[in-house]
Amino acid sequence: MNLTLHVWRQVDAGAPGRLVRYEARDVSPDMSFLEMLDVVNEGLIEKGEDPIAFDHDCREGICGSCGVMINGSAHGPMAGTATCQLHMRSFKDGDKIVIEPWRARAFPVLRDLIVDRSPLDRIIQAGGFVSIATGNAPDAHTILVPKQDAESAMDAAQCIGCGACVAACPNASAMLFTAAKVSHLGLLPQGQPERDRRALGMVTQMDLEGFGGCTNYGECTTACPKEISLETIARMNRDFRVATFRARPESAGAGSS
Amino acid sequence: MSIDLNAKSPAGPLAQAWEQYKFDLKLVNPANKRKHTVLIVGSGLAGGSAAATLGELGYNVHCFCYQDSPRRAHSIAAQGGINAAKNYPNDGDSVWRLFYDTVKGGDFRSREANVYRLAQVSVNIIDQCVAQGVPFAREYGGLLANRSFGGAQVSRTFYARGQTGQQLLLGAYSALERQIAAGKVTMHARSEMLDLIVIDGQARGIVTRDMVTGKIETWFGDAVVLGTGGYGNVFYLSTNAKGCNVTAAYRAYKRGAAFANPCFTQIHPTCIPVAGDHQSKLTLMSESLRNDGRVWVPKKSGDHRAPGDIPEAERDYFLERKYPSFGNLAPRDISSRSAKEVCDEGRGVGPGGRGVYLDFAEAIGRLGEDTIRERYGNLFEMYERITDENPYKVPMRIYPAVHYTMGGLWVDYNLMGTIAGLFVIGEANFSDHGANRLGASALMQGLADGYFVLPYTIGNYIATHKLAAVDAAHPAARAVVDQVADRIARLLAVKGTRTVDSFHRELGLLLWENCGMARNAEGLQTALARIPELRAEFWRDVKVLGTGEELNQSLEKAGRVADYMEFAELMCRDALAREESCGGHFRTEYQTADGEAKRDDERFSHVAAWEYTGDETPPVRHIEPLEFENIQLATRSYK
Ligand SMILES: Cc1cc2nc3c(=O)[nH]c(=O)nc-3n(C[C@H](O)[C@H](O)[C@H](O)COP(=O)(O)OP(=O)(O)OC[C@H]3O[C@@H](n4cnc5c(N)ncnc54)[C@H](O)[C@@H]3O)c2cc1C
Ligand code: FES
Repeated sequence: MNLTLHVWRQVDAGAPGRLVRYEARDVSPDMSFLEMLDVVNEGLIEKGEDPIAFDHDCREGICGSCGVMINGSAHGPMAGTATCQLHMRSFKDGDKIVIEPWRARAFPVLRDLIVDRSPLDRIIQAGGFVSIATGNAPDAHTILVPKQDAESAMDAAQCIGCGACVAACPNASAMLFTAAKVSHLGLLPQGQPERDRRALGMVTQMDLEGFGGCTNYGECTTACPKEISLETIARMNRDFRVATFRARPESAGAGSS
Repeated sequence: MSIDLNAKSPAGPLAQAWEQYKFDLKLVNPANKRKHTVLIVGSGLAGGSAAATLGELGYNVHCFCYQDSPRRAHSIAAQGGINAAKNYPNDGDSVWRLFYDTVKGGDFRSREANVYRLAQVSVNIIDQCVAQGVPFAREYGGLLANRSFGGAQVSRTFYARGQTGQQLLLGAYSALERQIAAGKVTMHARSEMLDLIVIDGQARGIVTRDMVTGKIETWFGDAVVLGTGGYGNVFYLSTNAKGCNVTAAYRAYKRGAAFANPCFTQIHPTCIPVAGDHQSKLTLMSESLRNDGRVWVPKKSGDHRAPGDIPEAERDYFLERKYPSFGNLAPRDISSRSAKEVCDEGRGVGPGGRGVYLDFAEAIGRLGEDTIRERYGNLFEMYERITDENPYKVPMRIYPAVHYTMGGLWVDYNLMGTIAGLFVIGEANFSDHGANRLGASALMQGLADGYFVLPYTIGNYIATHKLAAVDAAHPAARAVVDQVADRIARLLAVKGTRTVDSFHRELGLLLWENCGMARNAEGLQTALARIPELRAEFWRDVKVLGTGEELNQSLEKAGRVADYMEFAELMCRDALAREESCGGHFRTEYQTADGEAKRDDERFSHVAAWEYTGDETPPVRHIEPLEFENIQLATRSYK
């Protein structure tokens, strides 16, 4: 099939960007979306034009590197599917496809479709862990975890950190990302001792990074390639309220070591 | 011989060796640790766990990765699980059995002492990961669930759905982020290591390129750790992430680190077959699927009926037929080769005839679709997404693909290479898997190295070496920086007509055909004649646009492919020199009457470690003899 692409081109963070039109010819339905871009890029290089820059690595939907807006939806039209796992059979001959980077104040564009997602790492630094040093762990069977809790924790822990939730949200909020981690650890016994600190720390950091607030649009979960549920956000809000209520002044800013 | 291959394996009974060794190691005074800087390249299971642990111990750590976040290292993609000798199911497992299975699985080409230690610390890994909150699969009683995995007759594999690597890596990543927040680790994402700085015979620094600005930078420390993963992408098509590369390891090799067994590559039996020329990578279907899936092809060659129309009597369940006691769970090398054989006989299925069926009909009949969905749901979905076929209804089609590299930089018992102060961990080293790795053992090794081995041995190195301060002004550092800059300039100056990818594909195909699942002297000679030509063409005709001072993905790829162009030759030389078949290295000249690998323990019970001698002179093959004091060398049989 033949497609017309309108791709966001931007040389670096400081430069203005614009949509540029490209024709993608002889696209096979068995190609992944990124393979289609590979083919377009090979053609561009042959013509002496700079190839389109985009982040990608595993191409299996698990590393969270890839992600672009495809006709206005994060990761494109297919539910529960990262850009690298989207296949061209989701499109038809003659389609026009607009491809843009994640749009959010907290994610500046570095080049073309590549953005800076380091704020997500800093949210994890603010409490997305269990403080246990190597070698300090008791035998794994000393703590039993009900199967259902382990499964629910896993549902939340699946987040690949791609940032689609932020890109999809009209407020560019990182609630789903943050809530996924808060829920994963909050559902397990190992996460209990630091539960308050974690919710407070991570939510505070999220705000500091310039992400917007959550007003319950629910676009995030629709865009999420792992279909992380909105329940995680409810859980985080609960943890945050409880933690704020319980927080004594010295523990609120206790840092994260 | 200018390189020293003393493995430093401790003497005495295996079971006490590591404990005693640790006790004998010199310690760095806790108050002094912060004065020592360690550079860790890689944030996968190996690098990430090492960086977190060394940070916790108080060292000043710099960690580097080429992705935008340490959480995206290729380890994230591991699906099936991680082994540990916990013997929770009480089915007869033990440290000894895991040790034995690993040595046997590796076709007796690994070092006993290292493997035994790996089996010992495997149990600590599970404890550590559980304490971090890794949501491993559980039984209803709340205990951890286990399953059996390729090549093992006990259930020792821990897993988190089909996303074990993801969960383990996120565990290590969370520990790492904690240390970053604490100021103990400085993370450098989107930074690619392009060379190693060796000063007075010691690894003291690295040269990196900032992948956003193109800035070339130098970093110095008391020791350099490479946890940079494997080189499977030399074949272009593999199950590895697109950015996986040999650059860091190969640059270290060119600076004097011996490269061990480069020809030992693992071809994984269960991957989705190639769909067309556009194919950019291959997707693994976890081999845990072989627990319930049955592998077959039609008995007749050229049988193009739909799978459902082929009656039972006309199907050949070739693994069950050839290896009755292991059946569909036969080790990877054996399963892969068997699939290739039936396809070579014209019995392959799917487009191009390069595929075999992995059929769940029987298991669905026995256990119900729900149970199968619970076990493999996400894998089935992934398969359907890629192929547009529903594996609950029609059998999957699978074919072997390059997956893992057992070869890597040579290391001793301390995980130190032949350059003092250069430590190599995870898939980047050659240490534990011999000529073939068992399923679920790479995650174990990466975390063993990073959490439980390196932190001890590197302390001993630092405690016993007085190192002068060095910086970017040092002539040796300046020379390396100049070489790095010059190479980038040369790549950009070629301004030829062919894209980097087109060269990479051609190299990959050449290797796949001549140094892949089956090799022989003739094919290897062909490749050895062609690679230098192709390399010359690359340097004459590659087309890399843009500049070095910007985010330039073509330039990144070009640098990696330039290294593959040299490294591929080393692989073929190694495969040619090893005149035997063992594990993943199958030389067609050396096989038994019934087509099984024929080892030659008299001549080849050793590690081959290659020393770089210059671009114009051939590398030198050194050997480290392998002594088996605890395990009887036996013909590997899975019949
Ligand atoms: C699809 C798939 C499934 C697998 N499933 C399993 C399984 O179920 N069980 C199992 O045990 N094993 C499995 N494996 C193997 C296992 O995942 C890997 O061997 C292991 O994760 C490697 O870990 P590592 O830390 O050594 O390297 P990696 O995870 O590859 O990490 C390498 C790190 O080095 C960095 N790096 C590399 N080069 C450079 C450079 N030049 N400069 C800067 N940084 C660099 C990268 O950014 C990355 O952070 C699987 C592998 C694949 C491909
Ligand atoms: S490239 Fe890894 S999730 Fe898409």
